[in-house]
Amino acid sequence: MSLDSGPSGPREPVGGDLVRRHALATRLWHWTNAITILVMLMSGLMILNAHPRLYWGHYGSDHDAAWLVLADMDDIAFPGWMTIPTDYSLADARLWHFAFAWVLVLAFTAYLIWGLVRGHIARRLHITRIEWSPRHILHDIVEHAKLKFPTGAAALDYNVLQKLAYGGVLFVLIPALIASGLAMSPALDAAWPWLVDLFGGRQSARSVHFIAAMALVLFFLVHMAMVLLAGPVNEVRSMLTGWYRLPRDKGEAP
Amino acid sequence: MIVTRRHALRLGAAGAGGLLLSGCDALNDSATFKHGLAGVGRLHEVAQRAIIGDSLAREFTEADMSPVFKANGSLRVADPAYRALLEGGFAQWTLRVDGLVHRPLDLPLSALQAMPQRTQITRHDCVEGWSAIGKWQGPQLGAILAAAGLLPNARFVVFHCADKLEGKPFYESIDLIEAFHPQTILAWRMNDAPLTEPHGAPIRLRVERQLGYKQAKFIMRIELRESLAGLYGGQGGFWEDNRGYQWWAGI
Ligand code: HEM
Repeated sequence: MSLDSGPSGPREPVGGDLVRRHALATRLWHWTNAITILVMLMSGLMILNAHPRLYWGHYGSDHDAAWLVLADMDDIAFPGWMTIPTDYSLADARLWHFAFAWVLVLAFTAYLIWGLVRGHIARRLHITRIEWSPRHILHDIVEHAKLKFPTGAAALDYNVLQKLAYGGVLFVLIPALIASGLAMSPALDAAWPWLVDLFGGRQSARSVHFIAAMALVLFFLVHMAMVLLAGPVNEVRSMLTGWYRLPRDKGEAP
Repeated sequence: MIVTRRHALRLGAAGAGGLLLSGCDALNDSATFKHGLAGVGRLHEVAQRAIIGDSLAREFTEADMSPVFKANGSLRVADPAYRALLEGGFAQWTLRVDGLVHRPLDLPLSALQAMPQRTQITRHDCVEGWSAIGKWQGPQLGAILAAAGLLPNARFVVFHCADKLEGKPFYESIDLIEAFHPQTILAWRMNDAPLTEPHGAPIRLRVERQLGYKQAKFIMRIELRESLAGLYGGQGGFWEDNRGYQWWAGI
């Protein structure tokens, strides 16, 4: 078993056992992220209300062709309950967005360093050759679709879909949001022209920023659905306290 | 009523969402909290200043230019004195340079046009999110400041403009680092034609590493100051005073 040993001593943990599942660093990062990303999403939607059109390339304004028009120019795209603050204020939304950007970047960097140095990320998220095989991935998808989740000791390891989702957030979505966010800064573009070139222009960076944010929302929705299906009390407790009760097999006696 | 676990969860989620929203609004209304946010936000200025050094904003080619350059902010100046100058092709207009300088100046448009010119095709980024690429020409601000000669305690360059918004005079300010940056010019030409009124005739500031709200239009007077305190709302510009935009407009 690749995990820290449970309270039950050296024997292989079985369904019903309470085991330590999440390290303190993971739990801290998880809840910091939950708040930070929600604040950044809601303030970001307010920012987008100021100009609810997205373009590709270096430039783009009312006179240019937009690939996505979320609202007419004198309308807002996102209602008050979705935004921070509730009432229209681009200036205040920017204050929130840019202050929490520091929290996001510092927490992300700290977690990444911790996870790589301690081998945690390699242990939990490394996808093996076998797991990469289409048959294996397909099998996991089918199991998920049937809402059949692993039980007993098998529930301790992330399955390949979880690894893909968490790895995607950690190594693709959050870095893409940070890089595209910084690429929208005219000051940093002067210092680091390669950054904005990575995206093919400032308006492309803005579009990528939005797409990555929406992908994160999609992750969040699926994440919530999975937590609800897998047993929300046990799951939330494990992310708060670290302790997780291994699910039993259907046939196992309680 | 029996409260099922699902009910409780749903209620809990709605409650948490509501709390978060009203909580954020309450925080947003708290001057102390907003001060804190702005304080953390100021780290962007410190970090970006350290990173950008004297780097130049990218210059584009004519092929990259926006077909239509959006005009924003004040599009028309109501002041009768300004309208008279506009009618006269700004032949009677002069740019006043004063404050903490050795030699206050009154420069007619022809004097600005006779100085060494810089032409640059750059990207303009509005705080709202859109960008436009245009071509600008004019003398470097640094050369004008050098001609006036700065007093040792001069720290900020303030641009007093002819337009009013919400009944308040428009102004903006930058520090001396941006003021002496080689791409910082007083543009009187845009896209190979004299600046039009919606774009800030007779001259507008181009400070290329900053957002659009810094690019002051209809400039009448340049004032060198030691501090921004005591000037209008004290935050260094109309948008800073009246909307809470950050003085550092690098992001
Ligand atoms: C270091 C991290 C980040 C930085 C520096 C950053 C920066 C920015 C900037 C400069 C804008 C303004 C774009 C404009 O002018 O229209 C923006 C908008 C936005 N941000 Fe971020 N951001 C970051 C992280 C995030 C995260 C984590 C999310 C959401 C989960 C997010 C969601 C949004 C959204 C939805 C918008 C409006 C749409 C858009 O312009 O793409 N941002 N962000």
